Amino acid sequence: MIELFQSLLTPFQYDYMLRAIWVSALVGGSCGFLSSFVTLKGWSLMGDALSHAVVPGVAVAYILGLPFALGAFIAGLMAAGTMSFIKAKSRIREDATIGIVFTAYFALGLILISLFPARVDLKVILLGNILGISDPDIWQVIAISAVTLLILGMKWKDLMLFCFDPNQARTLGLRPFLLHVTLLSLLAATSVAALQAVGACLVVAMLITPGATAYLLTDRFGKMLWLSSGMGVATSLIGAYVSYFINGATGGCIVTLQTLVFLGVLLFAPKHGILASRRRVRTSESTFVQ
Amino acid sequence: MNDQEDFPRLDVQDVSVAYANGHLALQNATFQLRGGTICALVGVNGSGKSTLFKSIMGFVEPRNGTVRINGLPIREVLKKHLVAYVPQAEEVDWQFPLSVWDVAMMGRYGAMNFLRIPRAVDKTRVEESLRRVSMWEFKDRQIGELSGGQKKRVFLARALAQGGRVILLDEPFTGVDVNTEDAIIQLLRELRASGCIILVSTHNLGSVPEFCDQAVLINRTVLAYGPTSEVFTEQNLKATFGGVLRQFQFEQSTIQEHDGRTIRVLTDDERPLVFGKDGHLEYKNRQEHAELLKERSEKHD
Repeated sequence: MIELFQSLLTPFQYDYMLRAIWVSALVGGSCGFLSSFVTLKGWSLMGDALSHAVVPGVAVAYILGLPFALGAFIAGLMAAGTMSFIKAKSRIREDATIGIVFTAYFALGLILISLFPARVDLKVILLGNILGISDPDIWQVIAISAVTLLILGMKWKDLMLFCFDPNQARTLGLRPFLLHVTLLSLLAATSVAALQAVGACLVVAMLITPGATAYLLTDRFGKMLWLSSGMGVATSLIGAYVSYFINGATGGCIVTLQTLVFLGVLLFAPKHGILASRRRVRTSESTFVQ
Repeated sequence: MNDQEDFPRLDVQDVSVAYANGHLALQNATFQLRGGTICALVGVNGSGKSTLFKSIMGFVEPRNGTVRINGLPIREVLKKHLVAYVPQAEEVDWQFPLSVWDVAMMGRYGAMNFLRIPRAVDKTRVEESLRRVSMWEFKDRQIGELSGGQKKRVFLARALAQGGRVILLDEPFTGVDVNTEDAIIQLLRELRASGCIILVSTHNLGSVPEFCDQAVLINRTVLAYGPTSEVFTEQNLKATFGGVLRQFQFEQSTIQEHDGRTIRVLTDDERPLVFGKDGHLEYKNRQEHAELLKERSEKHD
């Protein structure tokens, strides 16, 4: 019994595991918080696009020896700018625009990485490397998460109104454009942070799944924010912890765990779950017959 | 709030709006409204009704011309939260995780501090507004679980909570039952009596003369504006609706027992408009509106 307990505590004896666990939790929390806005605003595809579009920025930053967050953030905003430019100036639909732009940025990133193989590792960018994260990278993740959580914590009601009814936001003297840019910048920033934890391929899961799960559990926005952030923190913590025992990729473990939670909620959520809807249909059928 | 804001003035002067794709949605639109009116904005789909709304809300910048409230440009007006907006039902995401209370509280955001933490006064205003539209019992309901009429009333409560003096309603009667329609009209009359400008966009012709004392007819530009009885002429309505109105004419021969007058009916298939022999509009609130107009001109002159 004691042996089992001791073996469960082994990950905490290693510095790199401890770091991986708490950095993942921080990233998971800020992504989870933001995911409520992303899912309700209908920006899931946008999140996917931004997380891939930051890749050339990361590559350039590593090649030039600059902070990776800076490069990634600039690339993300440039991609968002390109998308809104094409959307405004052409008749091409938004999903096509997003598809074209993010693959273009991603392809550019691939070229850059392959040209400078000694400076950047493609695998690290695509799959993340939370176990080997360097101190400067940790500081960047902390800075991004702190700013994100601070802004969301203070302005979540304004952003909620912007997602729900931008016209009303304007008639109240708020500036929808500013809120739009804020939300987009936070999205770009958090996908950069999450890049470290789970890699470019899986970032989008961290930015959607917690919000989608929370949306099935509640009808109040405030509660949804707590649920999605909590789920982000918990799944990242446990996912990183579990990855030690099964010796699997940390990002993969975190996202798989999120998916399992989502599936459970999809089935069993008290009001919006599949089983609950079925029950309701049956009840109303039986009362109808009577 | 001073006197001027209690009885606002809306001046739309030579407003033209073009969209990025080059489409000219509105050209040289001009009209004025004074506080204490319910004004119908009548036109077919694509006539520029929503564009006009958007320019009054500052959502689109006119290419030329100005929209002013109490002489101030819209940018300034919005800071005072004087313009309130009740959206069309289709524009709203009803699955959004918000309760009736949350939506009404959004009307107060402009008056709150940086963190939007409701004060006692905000809560009182929201409660009053919800009670006024009989939605207080539903305050904890998720908005998607309401009926069409209830949904509309929640957004009216938001406009009330905001304390807007220029209230824009976009097609308020689509998908609304008759009782709610009456309740909404009653509320609009109360707001009119308190000095608000209420601008109602509608394509539902027949109900306009019943509660709107003024009307603006629009078809890419303002064709006519003024008291409903003067504006609603056959000629103006035909210009507004182009060829889409049905027209019936009952001569003496078809209605034997009639007093001999010729009646003409114009309808957009929802509620008919009836013109008497003299070409004047037949509607039941003619007297009321005439008194209102008189009262208003006395107040302002």
